[in-house]
Amino acid sequence: MDKIIIEHLSLQYSDGTESLRDVSLGIREKAVTVLFGPAGGGKSTLLRCLNRLNDLTEVKTSAGRILIDGENILDPKTDVIALRRKVGMVFARPVVLPLSIRGNLTYGLELAGEKRKSKLDEAVERSLKLAALWDEVKERLDDPAIALSGGQQQRLCLARSLALQPEIILLDEPTSGLDPISTGKVEAALQELKKEYTIVLVPHSVQQAGRTADYAAFFLQGELVEYGEGKAMFTSPKEKRTEDYVTGRFG
Amino acid sequence: MEKTLNWREYIITRLIKASGYSAIIFVLLIFFFLLREGVPALAEVPLSALFSVRWYPIEGDNFGILPLLTGSLIVTLGAAIIAIPFGIGTAVYISEIAPRWMREILKPLVELLGGLPSVVLGFLGILVLAPFLRRFLDLPTGLTAFTGSLLLGGIAVPTVVSVAEDALDAVPRAYREGAWALGATRWQTIWRVTLPAARSGVLTAVMLGIGRAIGETMTVMMVTGNAPVLALSLSSLFSPVRTMTATIAAEMGEVSNGSTHYHVLFFIGMVLFLISLGVNIAASSVVFRAKKRAERILS
Repeated sequence: MDKIIIEHLSLQYSDGTESLRDVSLGIREKAVTVLFGPAGGGKSTLLRCLNRLNDLTEVKTSAGRILIDGENILDPKTDVIALRRKVGMVFARPVVLPLSIRGNLTYGLELAGEKRKSKLDEAVERSLKLAALWDEVKERLDDPAIALSGGQQQRLCLARSLALQPEIILLDEPTSGLDPISTGKVEAALQELKKEYTIVLVPHSVQQAGRTADYAAFFLQGELVEYGEGKAMFTSPKEKRTEDYVTGRFG
Repeated sequence: MEKTLNWREYIITRLIKASGYSAIIFVLLIFFFLLREGVPALAEVPLSALFSVRWYPIEGDNFGILPLLTGSLIVTLGAAIIAIPFGIGTAVYISEIAPRWMREILKPLVELLGGLPSVVLGFLGILVLAPFLRRFLDLPTGLTAFTGSLLLGGIAVPTVVSVAEDALDAVPRAYREGAWALGATRWQTIWRVTLPAARSGVLTAVMLGIGRAIGETMTVMMVTGNAPVLALSLSSLFSPVRTMTATIAAEMGEVSNGSTHYHVLFFIGMVLFLISLGVNIAASSVVFRAKKRAERILS
């Protein structure tokens, strides 16, 4: 079943740089969908539309609809705050808040008004376990989060969005700054998470796209070139441009 | 060819060095001048008299600087209470809330306000603000500490806004996006993420604003009534006071060179110098700490 349906979405930044042209795409529930392609293709822009983070940048024109569970989230009447709690996001560079590990995890819940300590503790443990970080930090939850390694910080950010119990998780090149071992841990966590969550990932390499994708969408200069099952896409793409990119002839 | 290039290089480096050193030397010279003219006051007037509550230098050698000190403090405190919330609020609006075109109008406008000659503001204060306050608050005179505070607040606001806005602007976009993505509202993001992250810059802005207010002379001389009365209670906010700067400016032209009065005026100058030095050191130590912290995070 499609959790997210994107219909004829067109979008342009006010300086005219990156844009999306008439993109239509359905994103499956409880699977990893990968948006890949060379830089400037509009992958991140699309990702940021899904939790309306683009609201705060200068977007000139926007046409089309994005339906999540059947509701058009681009509607001005949408409760953006509630949307962002439902659609969590992890960024390329881990943005660790200058708080303790526990403080980072409970931050979003506290913003939402949750005060009960038992609920908060429960959320901390559950989200850390989901992000495969619990065993590494359970002894030192009150240490400053900044002391964690890069890979741990990124998994902490993943756990932080999981703490809000979202339904969809957006990841924008989450492993671009990480070593292979940490990258492997994040990818393994995603494979576990997809049993419960809908995951949309912008990978930092074609190889990662190939490793993680259940479904894949190839973007080139704002255009959705091809969409299909991950395996098929990386072994026998239908489009010439996709094949050229996947085999490394350009990009 | 090679030779002349080397010469030019040499001369230019030396010139730059010389101008750098001269800046330090001038400050030191001014400081020594202040000391030379001000310290004799300590020998000529006993300390207890210097820190007494009567300032009547013409009749009977009463050189108590406490009324002037409290006058300066109460006016500056009032100015700070006005300038800090107003200045930080404006900075937050410009940096976080205003759309781009609004920001591009507001920022130069605020900086223009900062360049307004203080005598013009004083003029405004005498003609408009003081009569208005006298009628509105039913006071015997509109020339009060409060009038001075209002105007000084106005003078300090552009400084606070300009520096605080730069600090807020320097907060990485990723912090805000991280908070938004967690479902924080705009206000929650500003109050719990952006402002704390820019804390040191905002503190510097406040200190620089206070420094600007405490050293201001022209405006306060024109609007505070210049009565050297000890200002200790809240009610003295609404009566005339006299500040240290105004005293120096008003009396320096009248005293005979080398007299006790002359030395005491320089002593007041020393006190002012120490106060603004203290404010500046506090401000720069905050900035210095913040820099080290930023380096630690980025490394």
